[in-house]
Amino acid sequence: MIFLLQKALIFAIPLLIVALAGMFAERSGIINIALDGIMIFGAFAGAFASFYLRRSPFFVDHNQLLFLICLLIAAVFGAVFSLLLSFSAINLKADQTIGGTALNLLAPAVTLFITKVLFNKDKLEMETALDSSGKSRDFGYAILNGELGPVGQVLFDKAYISTFLALLIFVLMSVWIYKTKTGLRLRACGEHPQAAASVGISVVRMRYLGTTISGALAGFGGYAYVATVANGTAEGTVAGMGFLAIAIMIFGNWKPLGIVFGSLLFGFLKCLAVTYNKSLIVPLESQTWMQNLLAGSEGFKAFYEAIFKNMYFYNLIPFVTVLIVLAFTSKKSRAPKAEGIPYDKGAR
Amino acid sequence: MRKPEKTGSKASFFRRSAVQSVAASLICIFGGLVVGFLVLLLMAVFSKDIPVSEALKGILIVLSGPVAAGNPRDILFTCGNSLFTATPLIMTGLSVALAFKTGLFNIGAPGQYLMGAMGSLIVALSIPQGSMPAWIIWTLAFLAGTLLGVIWGAIPGFFKAKFNVNEVIVCILTNWIAANIVSWVFYAHQEQFVNIAETKTNFIRKTISNGVSTATLGLDKLFAGSYLDVSIIIACLIAVLLYVMLNKTTFGYELRACGYNRNAARYAGMNEKRNIMLSMAIAGGLAACGAALWCLNGQQDFKWNTYQSLPNVGFNGIPAALLASNNPIGVIFSAIFLRYIDTGGSYLPGETAFNEYVSQLIIAVIIYFAGFSKFIKDFLNKKNNKPLSVSPAPAVAGTAAPEPPDTETKDVPAENPDIQTEDVPAENADAQTEDAPPAENPDIQTEDAPPADGTALGKDGDRK
Repeated sequence: MIFLLQKALIFAIPLLIVALAGMFAERSGIINIALDGIMIFGAFAGAFASFYLRRSPFFVDHNQLLFLICLLIAAVFGAVFSLLLSFSAINLKADQTIGGTALNLLAPAVTLFITKVLFNKDKLEMETALDSSGKSRDFGYAILNGELGPVGQVLFDKAYISTFLALLIFVLMSVWIYKTKTGLRLRACGEHPQAAASVGISVVRMRYLGTTISGALAGFGGYAYVATVANGTAEGTVAGMGFLAIAIMIFGNWKPLGIVFGSLLFGFLKCLAVTYNKSLIVPLESQTWMQNLLAGSEGFKAFYEAIFKNMYFYNLIPFVTVLIVLAFTSKKSRAPKAEGIPYDKGAR
Repeated sequence: MRKPEKTGSKASFFRRSAVQSVAASLICIFGGLVVGFLVLLLMAVFSKDIPVSEALKGILIVLSGPVAAGNPRDILFTCGNSLFTATPLIMTGLSVALAFKTGLFNIGAPGQYLMGAMGSLIVALSIPQGSMPAWIIWTLAFLAGTLLGVIWGAIPGFFKAKFNVNEVIVCILTNWIAANIVSWVFYAHQEQFVNIAETKTNFIRKTISNGVSTATLGLDKLFAGSYLDVSIIIACLIAVLLYVMLNKTTFGYELRACGYNRNAARYAGMNEKRNIMLSMAIAGGLAACGAALWCLNGQQDFKWNTYQSLPNVGFNGIPAALLASNNPIGVIFSAIFLRYIDTGGSYLPGETAFNEYVSQLIIAVIIYFAGFSKFIKDFLNKKNNKPLSVSPAPAVAGTAAPEPPDTETKDVPAENPDIQTEDVPAENADAQTEDAPPAENPDIQTEDAPPADGTALGKDGDRK
């Protein structure tokens, strides 16, 4: 169970932070469908930096510091990359979906192109390296472990430092967008830019701000994904994580709390699939009683075997669940949507 | 997105929106190639191992496409294969374009494609050879694949129409659901479908093993033994049909009206929910049809264990549609062009220090520029408007703009879309007036359509 929660958190964190990234862009009025591409680009930048920095023994010894630096670099490059979107969407008033799609195509192309020219490989791996005492070090578990109790184990044992950082950033940014003047202005630009402009808010500046924050967060999330879920391999894809984050954002109704709920739910369901897949926890505890319940007749048993002994079934669960929940909640979440969908560009 | 316009004799060649669309696309392509060249150049300059001349060589190879193959026979062979691989791309491009026309973003083409592949492969491989003529099996398989795609495409449409869930999210979810279902089905029936004869087990048996393959009409021989078959012709026919449907029928008009302004369409008595569902269903069918055409060729390997990746051809439908500014006929050319560039790129690793990703980079940049196409067209308009603005406004308005401004304000909101902002995505309509009375439309209209000066009749004279 503890293992499950740890895994769930690892999955949830990139989703959480990237969904927040999407929220920032859309609240300022820009559809950031390029989250996937920005994640890829940021992840690549971070992995690239890590690859070169780890040649110096200092960074191999201080892998936590290196991890932080790489996260920062990923965020910066993500922000820079997102400027392409801002420029096309804000300055040239291009269709945001087209611009975003272009970035989604561009990021894997550029990163794979550079990777292949420089390393003659299709992926960039951050391998473990030997530190000064000859111990093999990867790029960063948190140091704590041992007698922490169940809560402590979930949160600290073998947790990545990016997890805490992401949670901290998430809380700070959520408070920022709701409680500060700039946050309010940013949201106003997403709701009714003309009204915002009429009281002297620079819509252009606010939208640039929103999209750039979005890019930074997505870059951060991209590196967090590559360093944790993907075991340090940047290969020009984040397995559709950026798109899923968009789904989580819509699922969370463009609100931080909804995003937290959505990404945790999704992370949990997703890790069910992965744990089953790797047969680490093959018979989930819940399965035994279901087995008893269903195994009344042979037919049921065969049916059960076919369905529940199959990893594809567990892979399906998170997607189907989100879909069903959406169908049921969409009516309820309609009211805030109608006033809050930050799609209307309407900039004049 | 362009309406076939009745250009008066006064309208210059460059004012015609079709010409402008093509010109804008060409400018985008040129821009993409320039950026691609610059990237190669930068790479060559900064890398010690790569001589600078390599950059020029690289871009020339990309540009020459299949011609880079070398001797005439290889060129023909590569051309044939490029055309063949362009077929599914045309279909997914059409799928995305149709959805765009209705104001929907069909990012679910990969999932629909997978479902189509599954449907057609299952039927093609499970009907025993000889029980009926091969062409009947082919047709059944084709229809089964397409039908499955229709169903799969209808799901996002249903969620959008019934629950008002954003179609993008449902498409993304259904993509992954499809990927898992397809893997699951083939996993459960491995012994029946998976190709174990050839040592690799990642692929489904080729349909030719059951005697099913698309007629080639000698096209394969014509192109030196390539895979090419009549599927490219079928795809082109479908594109033409789609064009006719969109532009010459009431149904197509309704779809486009829903895309331009959903509320206006509803106000005019169109059932916009039904239209959304139908549009997505047809889009799904088109993508699936591409998969069926590809799989039923008979010689192709379909990778069945696909639950961790989605087919690229589905996503590449988006650039194909965008580059053609959603014109079905244009999609044929843009898809072939994309394959052309891809083919050129595939020769890079052998000949230069660069690699095939350059072509993807160029395509991405082209799409990025395609976002500016309105900007480019405005620019073209401005340039060509100068001599025309002297001519009396009413005369020009009569020839080029079908409806004078005052008729719009009175009636026929259904006509509004044509004049109203062309590139406004339908989401706009949602946010604008979810429950505001449609009577507001005229206000927006008159605001958006400037008085009949030079820009008024330019179909792109709208500003946001």
